[in-house]
Amino acid sequence: MENQNKKTSVIAALVENKPGVLHSVANMFRRRGYNIESITVGHTEQKGITRMTITVSGDEKTLEQITKQMNKLIDVIKVNQLEPEAIVTRELALVKISVPDVKSRSDIINCVEVFRGRVVDVSPESLMVEITGTPDKLDAFFNLMKTYGIMELARTGLTALSRGVKSIKIDE
Amino acid sequence: MATKAKMNGANALLESLERQGVKHVFGIIGGAILPVYDALCTHPRIRHILARHEQGAAHAADGYARASGRPGVCFATSGPGATNLVTGIANAYMDSSPIIALTGQVPSVAKNSSYVIGRDAFQEADIIGITTPITKYNCQISTVAEIPSTVNTAFYIATTGRPGPVVIDFPKNIQADTANVEFTSHIDIRGYNPTINPHPLQIRKAAECIADAERPVILAGGGVITSNATDELLTVAELLLAPVATTFMGKGAFPEIHPLSIGCIGMHGNPLANKLLLEADVLLAVGTRFGDRATGNLDTFCPEAKKIHIDIDAAEIGKNVDVDIPIVADAKKALSALYERLIKQAKRKPDNPWMKRVKEAKAQLNPPNENKEFKPKSLLQTLRKLLSDSAIVTTEVGQNQMWAALYFKALKPRTFISSGGLGTMGFGFPAAIGAKTACPERTVVDIAGDGSFIMTEQELACSVIEDIPVTVIVLNNSVLGMVAQWQRMFYKKRYIATKLGTYPDFVKLAESYGAQGFRVTTIPEFQKAVQTAIKSKVTTVIDVPISMEEDVVPMIPPGCGLNQQVGDY
Repeated sequence: MENQNKKTSVIAALVENKPGVLHSVANMFRRRGYNIESITVGHTEQKGITRMTITVSGDEKTLEQITKQMNKLIDVIKVNQLEPEAIVTRELALVKISVPDVKSRSDIINCVEVFRGRVVDVSPESLMVEITGTPDKLDAFFNLMKTYGIMELARTGLTALSRGVKSIKIDE
Repeated sequence: MATKAKMNGANALLESLERQGVKHVFGIIGGAILPVYDALCTHPRIRHILARHEQGAAHAADGYARASGRPGVCFATSGPGATNLVTGIANAYMDSSPIIALTGQVPSVAKNSSYVIGRDAFQEADIIGITTPITKYNCQISTVAEIPSTVNTAFYIATTGRPGPVVIDFPKNIQADTANVEFTSHIDIRGYNPTINPHPLQIRKAAECIADAERPVILAGGGVITSNATDELLTVAELLLAPVATTFMGKGAFPEIHPLSIGCIGMHGNPLANKLLLEADVLLAVGTRFGDRATGNLDTFCPEAKKIHIDIDAAEIGKNVDVDIPIVADAKKALSALYERLIKQAKRKPDNPWMKRVKEAKAQLNPPNENKEFKPKSLLQTLRKLLSDSAIVTTEVGQNQMWAALYFKALKPRTFISSGGLGTMGFGFPAAIGAKTACPERTVVDIAGDGSFIMTEQELACSVIEDIPVTVIVLNNSVLGMVAQWQRMFYKKRYIATKLGTYPDFVKLAESYGAQGFRVTTIPEFQKAVQTAIKSKVTTVIDVPISMEEDVVPMIPPGCGLNQQVGDY
């Protein structure tokens, strides 16, 4: 219905670091019919607090509901919808690329340098590359590598922080 | 405040419940909750009421909470005991009722045994996983020491903000473990801080908006009852001279015999309410989630009216209906703040055109009923006359419920208790037992249908043995009436799976449980049976055979708007 107004948004949430919290967040998304495009979870500098970075897509109203429904969960302490223009986003990927011949090997390594990746493992038939950047940049790199053959790919999903002094924090 | 003592987990739990003021627990015993029950022997201040099915226990706790405003508590054992509570928990969640469900769980640690969590032990069910989407909060106890704070947190979350059910899962080994337990009243939940006080700017905007209205209408939901805001609602309504409609859950928030009352809106709402709501230029909605059965088709739901929405749950604002002035706050606080603002405005004249319109519409759409036919309408109007204002009525789900909504006028808050959101057949009777437990001095009547009543009828044993007498009025049409009505109206009278037949014989059923049973076929017989039931203080089932062709009208066909109601009141 309102699909033409769909946009992708990044939600950052600080949650209690205890069992079941990821389940209740994921379950809320499933039950209300919202789609998680990616989710990354990790500790913060504050003890007992975990940060979730969730990429979702939906219209303005859906995104507002997602934020409100997340806020309703008891173990979710703080939720922020990050402004897409004022954030730094990054994703990390490890990718194993097949190396058909010696010439390909040096071509791949050249590409990796252009994309500021790093070769982290080498075997006679393959290279493993670590690459960091925005999801778009990663996509571009993987597209390029398809010509050689991607043997295996692991992406962490997106993580993000607001630019400047603005931060999501819990007063202790 | 803090006191320390050495005790086992079961005693720590009961001690914590006592400190919360718990006097009644509904439940069923089982292996994984045996230590807790054993400890009940030494806690005589807590009365345990033995249900005959855990669903009954959960509904009773729910009815207890709704009648009294205090949280209801139910116990169940692990596995099937816990899963039997699920319907009751989901029901409480949908209707924002504060219940605490304590479930036994298989041990979290065990030596040389696979009777332990995660190993598919006997009677193990992942009740935390199962109840996550139907609870406000749930948690599993992992040490004896944390029990007091877990219980305090559970009660705090269940009863504050928008109330709701909380599940505490209690592994058996921890029930038996002993530790030094410190009892404090300290609660610290950093992720939970409901907004109670309204934003003054929003109140000012709302006051200005509604003061300028020519045709204001107030829509009161269940939140008004939950926050005990009925007095505030009355003063605001009388000041504004605004007619008050309620949602089904809001029944009782405003006395339905008040000149400003226009009844319930919704699919089987009062045509007066449905009509006048659509004529409003400003709609003040309080404590309602704009449920689909209340609003009908959203495209025709007051498209022209300016909407003010007061709700304590921010997620309800803008969820179903877009509003002009949102106010996140407790209904009582918001209504008093609004009153303080409005009192400064010029007073309305009682003979204004809108009041004239309300009076005229009332005379036209809610004419007095002279008919004394043996039909639900007259029966329920008769029942109203037989019961005192403070008598509590519960309902089952289906036609009986909608007839009650239409024709049984609720006069006080917490006197009309029904499963609005989940629509749980079998709710009314155990809820009546819960209500009677909370309010033993008051008459409690379950307005039932035969289909619903037989779903939890086994609680007759509980009602009789525990001496919690309630009266069940079975509007007995021998069919699953509401569905049969839909089959009649929308499925070309193809009656599949709705005929129940004339079984059981409800008089004999009652008698077999030691209750009394009457069958009535005239209005005077009905009057006499109800009076006898109330006076006798004995659990009573009154079988009231009615026609299976009887429809609940008026009705808004599914998918239609409030302006498309068919049939007369």
